[in-house]
Amino acid sequence: MAENPDRRWGGAVRWDTVVGALLVVLIAASFSFVGDFGNALNISFLIGNTLPIAAIALPMTMLVASGEIDLSVGSTVGLSGSVMGVLWNDGMDINMIILICAALGIVCGLVNALLVTRLGLPSLAVTIGTMAAYRGIAQIVLGSNSVTDFPQNYLNFGSGRIAGTFIPDAAIPWLVLAALAVVVLHATGFGRSVFAVGASQEAARFAGLRVKRIKLSLFVATGLISSLTGVFWVLHYASATYDNATGLELSVVAAVLLGGVDFDGGRGTLGGAIAGVFLLGTLQNVMSLVNISAQSQTVVTGILLVISVLGPRAAKQSALARARRTNRSMTPTPSSSFL
Amino acid sequence: MTATLEPVHVAAQPSRTLLDRVLRMRELAILVVLVLMLAATQADNGAFLSEQGIKDLLLNATILVLVAVGEAVVVITRNVDLSVGSVLGVTAFAAGDYIQGGGNPAVAFLIAIVVGAVFGVLNGLLVGIGRVPSLVVTLGTLYIIRGLDSVWVGSREITAGQLSSGFVSFGHDGVWAIPYLGILAAVVLIAVAYYLRDYRSGRECYALGSNPQAAALAGVPTRKRVLGAFVLCGALAGLAGALYLARFGYADASTGTGYELTVVSAVVVGGVGFTGGTGSVYGAALGALLLTSINSVLPAIGVSSVWVEAIDGILLLLAISLDRVVALRVAGLLRRRAREARSADHG
Repeated sequence: MAENPDRRWGGAVRWDTVVGALLVVLIAASFSFVGDFGNALNISFLIGNTLPIAAIALPMTMLVASGEIDLSVGSTVGLSGSVMGVLWNDGMDINMIILICAALGIVCGLVNALLVTRLGLPSLAVTIGTMAAYRGIAQIVLGSNSVTDFPQNYLNFGSGRIAGTFIPDAAIPWLVLAALAVVVLHATGFGRSVFAVGASQEAARFAGLRVKRIKLSLFVATGLISSLTGVFWVLHYASATYDNATGLELSVVAAVLLGGVDFDGGRGTLGGAIAGVFLLGTLQNVMSLVNISAQSQTVVTGILLVISVLGPRAAKQSALARARRTNRSMTPTPSSSFL
Repeated sequence: MTATLEPVHVAAQPSRTLLDRVLRMRELAILVVLVLMLAATQADNGAFLSEQGIKDLLLNATILVLVAVGEAVVVITRNVDLSVGSVLGVTAFAAGDYIQGGGNPAVAFLIAIVVGAVFGVLNGLLVGIGRVPSLVVTLGTLYIIRGLDSVWVGSREITAGQLSSGFVSFGHDGVWAIPYLGILAAVVLIAVAYYLRDYRSGRECYALGSNPQAAALAGVPTRKRVLGAFVLCGALAGLAGALYLARFGYADASTGTGYELTVVSAVVVGGVGFTGGTGSVYGAALGALLLTSINSVLPAIGVSSVWVEAIDGILLLLAISLDRVVALRVAGLLRRRAREARSADHG
């Protein structure tokens, strides 16, 4: 029963590997066949526009792996940007503003976390509520104004790239963050406990894990990264409005799930999630270059998403069927293939 | 998502009447809030509950009520359908496109319902046969249906001028303050509620949502019921799409974008739990009525429209938190009673 189909197939059909391979193929094909794709400016646009999703996908992967979800991230981005705009209009120092936005993100995450862990409410319902609440507060704070006159050196950070390369400035802090997240999730005890909580909350609790504290820290991390992404969003697009990043939550969740993170919790890799993010980002970029309208592109997103959940399950079913056949012919299964 | 421990379900057996009363109280509570809110608004602004005012309230609620009823049935089976906004959009345009070409409005309604039901079949098959989480599948179909809609519609739009006048007036007129749309929504609501309460397959939806494994072992055809719930939800979203067109006389490629989250909010405010097996479509309909009424009440008492979204969100959080606190209290009470009963037996 505990046969792990992923490993039976020699690791080659692990879904996150498939997504990574798809990404490589897509990039290679785009370089060869799409004329405007390969220039440094386009690549830097691609990466810069994908960074918000890539940043929030990091804590979101951990959250989904622990069996929870946060749909309020897009609104947290908008709220953080709105507060940034209002405080900047009031003449506050920009560094102080960024600190306040970070603190605000922590508070947003904490509200989600406390409602989920203290009251035991489903995170889906809670974060649909806070999604409306945070967006609504952003609207109260900033109204329909837009703030654009941020200091030039900060705007340069948001939209510039490292001299002579295609790498956006903001990609550097993201790389640091991503490396940190990979180490935390895949190489520490905390990371193991995140998967344990996602696989079975009850078992994790009986094993002595502080389930509530783990979930709380993941929600807070998601809030913090979302609010910092809000600051980046404002600088990148040089505009703070209350409806910044509307609908971003579904893009993040779609990318994470596409990367093979199991929605039921307990399974998934950050590598897969990051590959999922950039697969969607690159697809969007390429489709825009070949003049497919932004709205029509969502068909591809949707189909990929459905395949991403059906694919691994179909592979699992056929692997299980093969395992049954193998067992019937009484061939002993090597112990390494058990989970 | 991992379902948290539900002490209510464990302790529910010994005293069903008390639990029943609490569950019914849930709907009563929404009704009381709704009535108080409307009364207070009327006291503040005498013109609020005029004939036209009542009609507007009901008209605003109708479309959300219909979609929320379908969504509630899906949520009762422990699933969720996020594609309803996209289905509403595509069916609204399909109905409009047909009428614009000289088609009969009644047939347009039928087309909208059938198109919605077909998308429901797609969702239901993916969830039932693929056994994959409905949130992921319907998030996927949300994108797919919206994308197909955009490819098909492009930059076209349907305006009231292109529709037959009978169709548009059906979307506005009514018997005194009761709009035809409201009557239609009420009929659907009562029919679905009756089905869920009195039909075997309706009860099986609750069994399935309460505990899928146990329901399957007890002989409930789980895939068939899940498929049925999604088809009903899709068909109602389709009907709502046609009504949307009749009510607003407008449809384009972005019609209904983001509607899924409003629908889910209404269902949750109405006391239908995401853990499945609880709540009623009456609750969901009241939740929808409450949400749309708030959006009419706030401007009527002079609250700026920028406050509306925040208040909606906070109301949703309050509703589910209160629900949870009451459930925990009741569970504690039932456990104490059971303990007392046991010690009385031994003594």
